[in-house]
Amino acid sequence: MTFRKYLVLAGVAVFAAVGDCLLSLGMKQVGSISLHRLPEIVLTVLNPTVALGILLLLGFFACYMTALSWADLTYVLPATSVSYILITLIARFFLHETVSLGRWLGVALISIGVGFVTLGPALTPHPRQVESNDALAVQLSSGAEP
Amino acid sequence: MKSIYEWGAVAAIVLTSTAGDVLLSRAMKQVGDVGQLRRRSGLLAVVGRVLRNPNFPLGILAMAVAFYSLLFGLSWGDVSLIVPASTSLTFVTNALAAKIFLHERVDQRRWVAALLVAGGVVLLAA
Repeated sequence: MTFRKYLVLAGVAVFAAVGDCLLSLGMKQVGSISLHRLPEIVLTVLNPTVALGILLLLGFFACYMTALSWADLTYVLPATSVSYILITLIARFFLHETVSLGRWLGVALISIGVGFVTLGPALTPHPRQVESNDALAVQLSSGAEP
Repeated sequence: MKSIYEWGAVAAIVLTSTAGDVLLSRAMKQVGDVGQLRRRSGLLAVVGRVLRNPNFPLGILAMAVAFYSLLFGLSWGDVSLIVPASTSLTFVTNALAAKIFLHERVDQRRWVAALLVAGGVVLLAA
């Protein structure tokens, strides 16, 4: 794991959290849409807050796909659940919502879970990769012989 | 009666979003390290390779079904049951599915992490 890879994982969490918050904020500005006027939902993208939220969620998706290209699903999902912690912090300090003791306990559990998984390896070595490593080892060992 | 529908929606969301995550993860493992690929052949090549992978559209389709199941579920049932139940169960089913279908080494550390996050999500929504 390089610094750049941790940066991508942070991108997954930050883009997801801020994107969701912006969407929520924007949809409250737009107001509720009734079922028989559903086509109006297309026009909600004209709201700048909603548009920015969608842009950030596209960034989230790009980072998520990038992370999955070099890390296990069971590593990426817990590691990026930092986004739930961020959403709670945003709700508490920017949206001034009250956060109950139970929710702080939830934040604590997620933090421990994130710590747990990120201390371990990010990727399971699979046969194809192991084979290429073995081939490399054979080359190296044969090269070492006179 | 209502709770049967609610749990049905939860089951549909959990199954389809797990399928989506597994398919997308498989697609990206087949594509390979995106960072290295981009340095070698550029961003367009990366995008082309991702879009050409058959698992990628299947994964997106599964994610879309999961999203619409969530919308339907929310129109019948309580958000305070459906969202935390489906989100936290998905962490557990993803660990199982990754072990079975992606042959990831889900060791004790990863199980504990998945269960802690699942528990934390339930508490956050409570």
